[in-house]
Amino acid sequence: MTTQGQSDFDPVSGRTTTGHEWDGIRELNTPLPRWWLWTFYATILWSVAYWVAYPSWPLATSFAGGAFGWTSRGAVSAEIDALNERRASQGAGLASATFAAIARDPKLMSIALAQGRVAFADNCAPCHGAGGGGGVNFPNLADDDWLWGGTLEEIAATITNGVRVDGVKATRLSLMPAFGKDNLLNADEILAVANHVRSLAGLDTQKGANLALGAKTFGDACASCHGPGGKGNPMVGAPNLTDAIWLYGSEIPSIVATISNPRNGVMPAWGGRLDPVTIKSLALYVHSLGGGK
Amino acid sequence: MQQAVAKKSMHAGEFGLVIFFGVTALLCLVVAAKTTEPAFAFHAALGVAGSLVAVFAIFNRYYERPAAEPQLEIDGKPNYNMGPVKFATIAAIFWGFAGMAVGLIIALQLAYPDLNFEPWLNFGRMRPLHTSAVIFAFGGNVLLATSFYVAQRTCRARLAGDLAPWFVVLGYQFFIVIAGTGYLLGITQSKEYAEPEWYADLWLTIVWVTYLLVFLGTLIRRKEPHIYVANWFYLAFIATVAVLHLGNGLALPVSVFSSKSYIAWGGVQDAMFQWWYGHNAVGFFLTAGFLAIMYYFIPKRAERPIYSYRLSIIHFWAVIFLYIWAGPHHLHYTALPDWAQTLGMTFSIMLWMPSWGGMINGLLTLSGAWDKLRTDPVLRMMVVSVAFYGMATFEGPMMSIKVVNSLSHYTDWTIGHVHSGALGWNAYVSFGAIYCLVPWLWGKRELYSLKLVNWHFWISTIGIVLYITAMWVSGILQGLMWRSYTALGYLEYSFIETVAAMHPFYVIRALGGLLFILGYTLMIYNIWMTIRMKEEPVNSAAFTPSFHPAE
Amino acid sequence: MTDRAASKPNATWWTRHHKLETNSIFLLIGVLIAISFGGLVEIAPLFFLQSTIEKVEGMRPYTPLELAGRNIYVREGCYLCHSQMIRALRDEVERYGHYSLAAESMYDHPFQWGSKRNGPDLARVGDKYSDAWHVAHLNEPRALVPQSIMPKYAFLAKTELDFGLIADHLRVNRAVGVPYTDEMIARAKLDLKAQVDPDGPDAEAFLSRYPKTKLRKFDADHREITEADALIAYMQMLGTLVEFKLYDDKAALR
Ligand code: HEC
Ligand code: HEC
Ligand code: HEC
Ligand code: HEM
Ligand code: HEM
Ligand SMILES: [Ca+2]
Ligand SMILES: [Ca+2]
Ligand SMILES: [Cu+2]
Repeated sequence: MTTQGQSDFDPVSGRTTTGHEWDGIRELNTPLPRWWLWTFYATILWSVAYWVAYPSWPLATSFAGGAFGWTSRGAVSAEIDALNERRASQGAGLASATFAAIARDPKLMSIALAQGRVAFADNCAPCHGAGGGGGVNFPNLADDDWLWGGTLEEIAATITNGVRVDGVKATRLSLMPAFGKDNLLNADEILAVANHVRSLAGLDTQKGANLALGAKTFGDACASCHGPGGKGNPMVGAPNLTDAIWLYGSEIPSIVATISNPRNGVMPAWGGRLDPVTIKSLALYVHSLGGGK
Repeated sequence: MQQAVAKKSMHAGEFGLVIFFGVTALLCLVVAAKTTEPAFAFHAALGVAGSLVAVFAIFNRYYERPAAEPQLEIDGKPNYNMGPVKFATIAAIFWGFAGMAVGLIIALQLAYPDLNFEPWLNFGRMRPLHTSAVIFAFGGNVLLATSFYVAQRTCRARLAGDLAPWFVVLGYQFFIVIAGTGYLLGITQSKEYAEPEWYADLWLTIVWVTYLLVFLGTLIRRKEPHIYVANWFYLAFIATVAVLHLGNGLALPVSVFSSKSYIAWGGVQDAMFQWWYGHNAVGFFLTAGFLAIMYYFIPKRAERPIYSYRLSIIHFWAVIFLYIWAGPHHLHYTALPDWAQTLGMTFSIMLWMPSWGGMINGLLTLSGAWDKLRTDPVLRMMVVSVAFYGMATFEGPMMSIKVVNSLSHYTDWTIGHVHSGALGWNAYVSFGAIYCLVPWLWGKRELYSLKLVNWHFWISTIGIVLYITAMWVSGILQGLMWRSYTALGYLEYSFIETVAAMHPFYVIRALGGLLFILGYTLMIYNIWMTIRMKEEPVNSAAFTPSFHPAE
Repeated sequence: MTDRAASKPNATWWTRHHKLETNSIFLLIGVLIAISFGGLVEIAPLFFLQSTIEKVEGMRPYTPLELAGRNIYVREGCYLCHSQMIRALRDEVERYGHYSLAAESMYDHPFQWGSKRNGPDLARVGDKYSDAWHVAHLNEPRALVPQSIMPKYAFLAKTELDFGLIADHLRVNRAVGVPYTDEMIARAKLDLKAQVDPDGPDAEAFLSRYPKTKLRKFDADHREITEADALIAYMQMLGTLVEFKLYDDKAALR
């Protein structure tokens, strides 16, 4: 195989081969392409320079920190600080101004809405829908019906502290009792009061429904929260039962279900997650969706 | 024949394997009986069945075979053992189709989520099935087949071991079945490209070490003084994958009666182990192994010498030395310390030229034979694959640069990069090798139809182009949308808006995948017809070494 | 000048490679040596450099229920669509919250950082939604988010959680470095049930073992502990442990 001579010359390329052959395959003895070698050296040189400039080699108890003192964490903190400064300067006052002042200032308002839009889409829309339109179990924020109050301050408070959140002191808290599950009312009373609730909203009632019992039960058990006329009470988040807006549906089975074992929906608290300015912007954004008071 | 006189007896390998499988059957039986997990019991039952079939097959073969062991040479020519090669070739074709079909399904699931069928056919369970099926089942079988073929031919030696090569090939299929059914049933370690659970990992370790021994044994047996460059790459691939598999997969099972295990490493260290493994699964499985394929099949098909022996040496050592360092480019800006990220990035950059060394050696091997590209679609496929290899290994170092990666990471850009490598390089060079191998193995003069190969080439090339361009656009678009700020300095898009923006590209990608699979079915038909073709056997010319005129 | 002539003076340099090229064992050893450097230099220091894992307040091992939920997360391949790694980049910090610390995943075997975001990052999804939302979302993602491409996981709320071996799970976690105490292991099964029974007798003892833990009926199904309970318990704690008020960013630049 290793015999020298004509056999290790390849006439097509004009180069020698290494003289070996495997299953008919031979190798040319072509030198390394120059451009290839130089580019390889260049990448090595560049890497060495990079190691000098940036954090690189590990040592016994620390690592080579790099001449620039750069760290990815330091860099991102600086970038965010710079961004926040820019925001503060262009929206000077967004942080300190009252809601009323912001609402009067179209420039501040447009900044707040710009910030609110994406914050809403990333954090709130999964529950309240893309335009704040709500859905089953999640209230519509674009109408003028408010469980906990529709002023900017009240909305901001709801967003900051959430509703029925474990471990948040100022959270909106009121639990409708589980009248069925805890045997506070019997089945007849529950069915009767459910029909009464429908009648409050001007909806038809079941045939043979005991509306008198319903009205009495409502006065005894429900009026304390929902008000004697069922108009609701934003102090305790009790919904208005006389309008056409239903969080959990207006059919008898779902009303009965709510009375027997209320859902007591939870809305997360955003105070720990979003900064106060973002929450302010969100309140303004939500308020602007249509139904603010 | 003279062996008729020899007295027949079981040799040590047969005997040992019967004992081994007997014990395995028993262990699996105990597990199947005692585990409370139905999926694990199913796997244990497969273990019992597989072991019993193996014992039966060994006995059956013993009664059928002549008393003497196969000769290493007949009339001075090596007596090649091509049975396992044929089997792995067919297995590769089968798994490749399955894996790409699953790829198409998950592509469609991302475009049309109603195509998820819980629980077994949900995206999260199908995706590892796709990646494992194409990389390990398809790619792995191509590597098994070609490595066993190339090692024998370039060493002029029969494959080491008698049952061992079969143990490797069949044991590997068993691993694939356990891994794949496991994902669908919810058994996974969640380590990308190493998802199989501890018992499958254990089994793979046994199979893989045997593979290393068979391959090494064949090299040691060689009649050529020098080891051919393809075999350097195969050896590096087999040995390194063993090391990676052991390091990354180290885990403690909850109990021998549970399929679940916990990885020895945690958090940031586990992340580093994972991408040390994951990147080098690319580097050694999808690169070193497939470069070995290229180093044999391109010069063979082009009938030209390898372009540069010196380049082979330098790029071989540089590639294997540098690759190992590049893993942290999968973890840029994460909680992995900056110093490690820097090393990952710089070593990736230094890896560029050594990677291109392989491309240069592949492409320039054609100098003096470029005209063959017009007439031989098989060679064309392989040459295009080398071009895609060059593209992926340019794109990769570029994506390793931190600023670029800050955009590309987590997006479809990575998916585009993967598939320009996977479809363009790995699949194409595999198709080329399969088109070469099948006529050689089954003793046919040529393929059934070169025209069909040509169709395969063009249809699937359009498929690749659709796939990767769609992913580049969607990846870069998504990356830009995520980081886009309005003039007022607030994020411009919500996450879900970026999801919605991907839809058209997901449809185009699925179309590309469909075309790729259409091309694949042409290959299946062509191979099927080639094997069935009635023609004079080629006097096994392909099996007689070094009679191929070099020029 | 022909190439042959050019190559001669150098020939000795290149022929040195013959040693490796003619001996398969040398070649194998050469390969093993070449591939050992990178791993050693990049991985080993992560185990001994103090700066690798930040000093933080609040990290604790997963409760048995959370651990079971995490295993479902792994089983379902959620990590294939969701990362749990907020990178130190401005937009990610703004969208998802403080960049993830190494300390936050130090009890994760295996880690779940992910490599693709078909869905949003989940590193800090804990407390972002209500349990009821998660139940509804797993049940039918598109009912809540019309453009979602996430698969349905309605079966989770219908599948009873199998936690027969939960104590062994804790034990094995301890073997790989998670600081579970003997008591935690011994009481694993009871603790798992205690977490979905806020008014139960074991609630207080449970909380002393796992401070800052959510005790509640996660999927509101009172009859049995389902896989959805566990998965939601896991998601609701993600990113909630570290006390960022007590954490000094400047001290952990690395
Ligand atoms: C997990 C689901 C969920 C998310 C996310 C969510 N909410 Fe709510 N939200 C609710 C529920 C449930 C209620 C009703 C609570 C009740 O029953 O009193 C509510 C109530 C409200 C209310 C009071 C409505 C009223 O009628 O008084 C406001 C305002 C509000 N959400 C705004 C937001 C904003 C802004 C965000 C995002 C930062 C947000 N929500 C995110 C579930 C959610
Ligand atoms: C302690 C205060 C309280 C009492 C007493 C109370 N509720 Fe409620 N009710 C609420 C609150 C708060 C909600 C909103 C619950 C939620 O968001 O899950 C509510 C919701 C409802 C709803 C659902 C409204 C919708 O839009 O779907 C109905 C119906 C209802 N209550 C009826 C009653 C009836 C009938 C009674 C008496 C038997 C009653 N409630 C007693 C506080 C109370
Ligand atoms: C095919 C991809 C895919 C898979 C698999 C997937 N998801 Fe999702 N996920 C999404 C997308 C897209 C969204 C955003 C839209 C939405 O909220 O549904 C999402 C959103 C979420 C969210 C809300 C995150 C937020 O901050 O808004 C949670 C929580 C979640 N997924 C959990 C899971 C869990 C748990 C699993 C596994 C059991 C899972 N996902 C599997 C794609 C996926
Ligand atoms: C018909 C052809 C194919 C189609 C339609 C296809 C489709 C897909 C899809 C949809 C994904 C998931 C992307 C995501 O999560 O966003 C994927 C991932 C992947 N595919 Fe394919 N694929 C095909 C062929 C292949 C082949 C041949 C290989 C390898 C040889 C391969 C290797 C991979 C890998 C490694 C990933 C994971 C990438 C990552 O995690 O970053 N695919 N493929
Ligand atoms: C010099 C060579 C290469 C380098 C430096 C390189 C670099 C990279 C980089 C930077 C990523 C993205 C990591 C991330 O952001 O998550 C990546 C992903 C990937 N590359 Fe390459 N690449 C190279 C060649 C190849 C080749 C030839 C293939 C063959 C198929 C390939 C397959 C993959 C796969 C499968 C992934 C996805 C990993 C995952 O996240 O699951 N790469 N590569
Ligand atoms: Ca594994
Ligand atoms: Ca990945
Ligand atoms: Cu990589």
